[in-house]
Amino acid sequence: MVRSTPGRASPLKVAMYWASSCGGCDISLLEIGPRLLQLMDMADVVFWPCATDFKYADVAGYADGYIDVCLFNGGIRSTEHEEVARLLRAKSRTLVAYGACASEGGIPALANLSPPNGLFETVYGSNPSLHNPSHIVPQTRVATEFGELELPRQLDHVLRLRDVVEVDYVIPGCPPQADQVWSVIELVASGGVPARNRALKVGCGHKSVCDECPREKRRMKIDSFKRPHLAIPEAGWCLLEQGFVCSGPATRSGCGALCITAGQACRGCYGPTAGAGDQGLALVTAIGSNLAARDEARAREQVAEIADPAGTFYRFSVAGSLLHGRREPLQ
Amino acid sequence: MSHDDEYDDRRTEPAPPSRSWEPRIIAFLCYWCSYTGADNAGTARMKYPPNADIVRVMCSGRIDPELVVAAFAGGADGVMVCGCHIGDCHYIEGNHKTMARVPLLRRVLEEFDIEPGRLIHEWVSAAEGDKFARLVRQATEQVRALGPLRWPERLRAREVAPRPLEALGGDQPW
Repeated sequence: MVRSTPGRASPLKVAMYWASSCGGCDISLLEIGPRLLQLMDMADVVFWPCATDFKYADVAGYADGYIDVCLFNGGIRSTEHEEVARLLRAKSRTLVAYGACASEGGIPALANLSPPNGLFETVYGSNPSLHNPSHIVPQTRVATEFGELELPRQLDHVLRLRDVVEVDYVIPGCPPQADQVWSVIELVASGGVPARNRALKVGCGHKSVCDECPREKRRMKIDSFKRPHLAIPEAGWCLLEQGFVCSGPATRSGCGALCITAGQACRGCYGPTAGAGDQGLALVTAIGSNLAARDEARAREQVAEIADPAGTFYRFSVAGSLLHGRREPLQ
Repeated sequence: MSHDDEYDDRRTEPAPPSRSWEPRIIAFLCYWCSYTGADNAGTARMKYPPNADIVRVMCSGRIDPELVVAAFAGGADGVMVCGCHIGDCHYIEGNHKTMARVPLLRRVLEEFDIEPGRLIHEWVSAAEGDKFARLVRQATEQVRALGPLRWPERLRAREVAPRPLEALGGDQPW
C-alpha cells in the first residue's frame, strides 16, 4: 500500500483507526485524489484496519510515540474502542480526532438520547420487521469447547475521543472535506505545527456556515416550519427563513456550504462554531430569535411544528453537549 | 399576606431532617422589570423561600439557552427566566426572543428527560413584587415536587470530561 520513497531519511509514520463510525472517514482520506501519491511519498502507514492488515498486537509492539500522526475516527462506543484509544494515544506523538464522531460523537451519539439498553431492545426485541421469538441477544461471553470467548462490551453511552484520552487536534466534519484534510496533512508533514496541543480545531473555519452560504438573507421571520421531504425550497433564498430547519447559524464553517449549495439545509456536521460551546443550544437561540410569532400561544404552536428538536439540533454533537445525554437513574 | 406564614425563614432556623434536600433554583431576571420587581418584593419585606439564586441580566433576550442549561448541568434543580411583559421591553422586543426560545428549549430539554416544569418562565414587571414572591413560592414547590436533578453526579458517573462553565461560548477544549 503506501510506501515511503527509498532514500528518504524518515518517512512520516501514519496510522488511521475507526471506532464507532461508518467508514466514511477512511474513504474521505482517499478523496484527496492524486495527492494520495504525494502522501505515499512522504508517509509510511503503520496501522490502518480499513486498508492494511496490521493487528492490535503490532501496535502494542511499537515504542511509545512511534507513530507520528494517528487519525482516529469514530466515537467511543465499546470497551474495545476505549482500549484502542488508550493504546494509540500512548503510541502516537500526535493524536487527531478525525471527523464528527471522534470530535462530537456524531450520528451514533444520538443513542445518548435513548435509554442505554434502548438500542438492544429495539434491534433485538421490538423492531416490527424482527422475528426473534426466543429473544436471542448478543452476549459478551460464550463458553466453547476451546474455552471461554469474550467480546468487547457496548458502553452505556457514546463518548468523544477526548472524553477518554488527551487529543491534540480535532478535524471536524462528516466527513472532513478533502481540501481541508490535505491542508492539515501538508502542515503536519512540514513540521509546521507542534506535536502536542489541546484539542485544537484544524481543517475548518472559525465562523458559521452562514458565512460561506451563497443564499440571500431577506431578513424575514419564519412563518411555518417545513420538512425537507414535503416542500421544495426556493433557490437562492436562506433556507431557515423559508422554514427549513438549517443548522447553518450554529455550525462551524469549513465545508464550503456543500449541502446548502445542493438545496439541502445544513445538517450541522462540523460541530459548534468557535463562538459557542453547545451547538444545539446555539440553534435554539438562532431559531428562537427568528420566529414570526407575536404572542406566546403562536410561539408554542410554531415550536411544536419542529419534529425531534434535540435530535435535529444536536444531530452530530450530542456527546459534546453540555448535558451529554438523556437522564438515567443514578446507580 | 396570609400564605407567607407557612414558610420558615431558613436563614435563622436550621432545616429539619425531612427537608435535608432543598431545591436550588437559578433565577435569571432582566434588569429593567423583573429584577426591579424582585427588589420591590424585598423592600416591601414580602417573604418568599430563599431557594432562588438571582442572576441579573440586562434583558431576558440576553438569557442564552446555554446559560439555562449550564445551570442545570452545574447542579441547579430548576431555572427561572423572567423579563418585562410583552410590549414593555426596554429594548423593544428582546423579550420576544425569550418568548420563542423558552418553549423551544423546553422541547429540547424534554428529550433529555428534563421536565418542562423545571424551567419556569414568567413576565414580572417592576411593580409586581407580590407576583415575584408568589412565583418563587410556586417555583420552589413545583421543583420540590419534581425532586433533585443531580446532573453533575450524572456526568461524573458517565466519566465524561468535565464541562466547566468557563468553557461556555468559546473554542475551549472541553
